[in-house]
Amino acid sequence: MSEIQSYTMNFGPQHPAAHGVLRLVLEIEGEMIKKADPHVGLLHRATEKLAETKPFNQSIGYMDRLDYVSMMCNEHGYVMAIEKLLGVEVPERAQYIRVMFDEITRILNHLMWLGAHGLDIGAMTVFLYCFREREDLMDVYEAVSGTRMHATYYRPGGVYRDLPDSMPKYRASKFRSKKDLSRLNAAREGSLLDFIEDFTARFPACVDEYETLLTDNRIWKQRTVNIGVVSPERAMQLGFSGPMLRGSGVEWDLRKKQPYDVYDRMDFDIPVGVNGDCYDRYLVRVEEMRQANRIVKQCVDWLRDNPGPVIASDHKFSPPTRVEMKDDMESLIHHFKLFTEGYCVPEGEAYAAIEHPKGEFAVYIISDGANKPYRVKIRAAGFAHISAMAEMVEGHMLADVVAIIGTQDIVFGEIDR
Amino acid sequence: MTDRLDSLAARIDARFGEQVNRVASTCRELTYELDKDDLIKVATALRNETEFGFEMLMDVCGVDYLTYGMDEWTTNSASDTGFSRGVERESVILDEADEFDPKRFAVVYHLLSIQNNIRLRLRVYTGIDNPPIVKSVVDIWNSANWFEREVFDLYGILFEGHPDLRRILTDYGFIGHPFRKDFPMIGNVEVSYDAAEGRVAYKPVSIEARTLVPRVIRDDNRYSAALKDGNDV
Repeated sequence: MSEIQSYTMNFGPQHPAAHGVLRLVLEIEGEMIKKADPHVGLLHRATEKLAETKPFNQSIGYMDRLDYVSMMCNEHGYVMAIEKLLGVEVPERAQYIRVMFDEITRILNHLMWLGAHGLDIGAMTVFLYCFREREDLMDVYEAVSGTRMHATYYRPGGVYRDLPDSMPKYRASKFRSKKDLSRLNAAREGSLLDFIEDFTARFPACVDEYETLLTDNRIWKQRTVNIGVVSPERAMQLGFSGPMLRGSGVEWDLRKKQPYDVYDRMDFDIPVGVNGDCYDRYLVRVEEMRQANRIVKQCVDWLRDNPGPVIASDHKFSPPTRVEMKDDMESLIHHFKLFTEGYCVPEGEAYAAIEHPKGEFAVYIISDGANKPYRVKIRAAGFAHISAMAEMVEGHMLADVVAIIGTQDIVFGEIDR
Repeated sequence: MTDRLDSLAARIDARFGEQVNRVASTCRELTYELDKDDLIKVATALRNETEFGFEMLMDVCGVDYLTYGMDEWTTNSASDTGFSRGVERESVILDEADEFDPKRFAVVYHLLSIQNNIRLRLRVYTGIDNPPIVKSVVDIWNSANWFEREVFDLYGILFEGHPDLRRILTDYGFIGHPFRKDFPMIGNVEVSYDAAEGRVAYKPVSIEARTLVPRVIRDDNRYSAALKDGNDV
């Protein structure tokens, strides 16, 4: 019998299962991982330092590019930190719009996660299904902000604009039959809210569809049950948050425990895992999609009945309307000051945390009273999770590394910043 | 929420007394500054004693206070001289002093107690040491491991007792600590592929630093502490 020697293997940074640019140096004995050393930082863009050189509002767009599958949630953390420093009241309608888009973003993120995780460990079909639903939500993003991904929609004090009254439609083309066209446009005849409501009605059945593919699937269970088990004590010690923490059985959700915006008025449940393995985290995230869908529905109902302003009317930090600007001197001055210099934020520091789809996303801003932040620190959930990767993969097989990368829901935009 | 913060503050004051120093906040947050020699003792107590129960360390953040409160464009005499786009940018001079200002670098810890549902911020100044150094809290909260590596990488703050203090975000072989305020925004070197040599080559940067919007600080009486509502300290 030949002797098995341990050897070192390089995984990534260009590898489809590395979810971006993760480089792992693995010490392997046979197929067993002895030690893993993740190298991150290949996507480091110094977002925080860039934010220090720009007026507050100009960095909102950078936040989208952190975790580029849950764009609006990143913005939410950033604008909340500024609002805390400014002491701004956000209009109720804007709070509902933000909660609705946070939850739409949560669904977007979890769909991306489910599709990619499935693809990583051998389930091709679910990827196609997930992207079908993501497409509708991307259209919602586009309708409200003009872009499919990097929305830059939230502002300190509210959101950039109110929800549109019409939904963009597919146009006729020689590649599309009339029948196809009317099917694609069926839900798009009304307003954006009509489209979202139609989506919330369709979506639970879609989740059922994903579940029939995976939940009782023998191969799926073989790949995920008892893989990457984290005890609740270790999860807290390692700084886990979000589904990673709840998968281990810790009932902790900022939306319930430290509610921000109008989450305290929403009716939803927090799913919690039992064993802390990849399968439990899968179940938690799937249930979160259903709960997010419930929240979106409640927001749609409220938003239909309650028109109103969507941004605070204090023109010291939110610009006046175009019309006001054209015929009111005071508004013109405000407009000029805001778009040349920005606004000064009082001296102080604030830490604003939100329940991001991946966990606790927080922005810590130190202001010295200038029109630019003195220090911005982004606390990305994924950073704490991936730091525990070495511990989670130890003793598992090489193929399980991919399952564990998948279950951590890693996006390098936010880890490397 | 404010009641719970106050009661926690009272308990911390009673337990640690002179060791910690509460910092006023306008955003209903609890911040304490402490001496770096007391850090381990206080942190251990905050985690282990049930009346505090801070079982999670959410974030470790480095701060460089070198240019705190400085602006690039004084507007006081604007009515005499007229507004101009001329920005007086401080030229970047590498700070190679043997000793730092005692309040130059700080490490900020954000703690979370799940059992008591409360947050706490600790700030530790690194003092005059060059390179700056504080004790590592990895043994108390394991999540500090990568957070401290990040602070070391970006600010050059050393953590005594850290098991594996390597760079984490910057490139292999990177020189300098990029988030220090004396590190230029445009960097020091640029990288390109040298076809003749057949390898990647480093050169001094060829671009020039520019400021699109100058940094200004305005006195705004709306933000004075006496007038501000919700001021709880």
